[in-house]
Amino acid sequence: MIDLDDIDRQLLRALGADASQSAGALGRRFGLSQPATWRRIKRLHDSGAITGRRLFLDAGALGYGVTVFLGVKLATKGRVSLEDFERAACAIPEVQGVDHVLGLYDYRLRVVARDIADFERVLRRRIMMLPGAGAVEANVLLSEERRPGPIG
Amino acid sequence: MNFVESKIFMLDDVDRRVLRHLQAEPSLATSELAEICGLAPATCARRLERLHDAGVLKGQGVVISWAALGFAVEVSLRITLDKTQSRAFEDFIAAAREVPEVLEIQTFLGSVDVRLSVIARDMAHYQDIYRTRILTLPHIADIEALMQIARIKADETVPI
Repeated sequence: MIDLDDIDRQLLRALGADASQSAGALGRRFGLSQPATWRRIKRLHDSGAITGRRLFLDAGALGYGVTVFLGVKLATKGRVSLEDFERAACAIPEVQGVDHVLGLYDYRLRVVARDIADFERVLRRRIMMLPGAGAVEANVLLSEERRPGPIG
Repeated sequence: MNFVESKIFMLDDVDRRVLRHLQAEPSLATSELAEICGLAPATCARRLERLHDAGVLKGQGVVISWAALGFAVEVSLRITLDKTQSRAFEDFIAAAREVPEVLEIQTFLGSVDVRLSVIARDMAHYQDIYRTRILTLPHIADIEALMQIARIKADETVPI
């Protein structure tokens, strides 16, 4: 685990919102020199606090107007391997996220589709066909907000 | 984010190629991206600018590992609200925004009304947040927790 000071936290928060900012611009904002800022950012990368980048795309503008969260229960626990389910789920292009969870469901899937008819196709032809898939619960996403988290 | 109001942008093959490679590796410089896509750097830059202007490409952010920052616990809370209260959604969401450990707030059409993604340092910390910050949120009718065991895939790429 890495210890962060207030400036590290502010840098993380700023980069989480916009990764394209240069070390020079960030340094001016937080009262640091460009090399000092660069060293801090490098440390955040090296220590694993920053694991990569994510593109912010408007899925709706690309024709994917529907996002659905699925709760999937495995029907035949013990007989189907979790790896098989996970591998098959990750291979579906419309599946944006797969979480192994503990509780009412075994997996939480995030799925995008062009519209509800397209979602039905994905659900019937892909999701229901996943090895071991049992009961599925679907909730259609209406709005989404990402918070900066406990930094700063 | 509102999915209903977006106007659909018609991509051609070049746009698709650019977005596909950029999604796979968002940190690529425009010149590197141009080379992979087999485009002149100026053409590639123009395409990116057009996608920005159309609102398709909204930017990029770093992915933060909360586990590396000492937050080992992540819980997905599925919440049903008391809809007899006319301001149930507004009040609940406004209050949830005040909890620093809440990473995501989503609203749904379905059996679940709202989902919160909550992180904590350990189970004791989670229990404290749950009791003092979550259960005290307004208009909760029912709450159900899914504990995260492993994140298998989280790239959120759009199948272009």
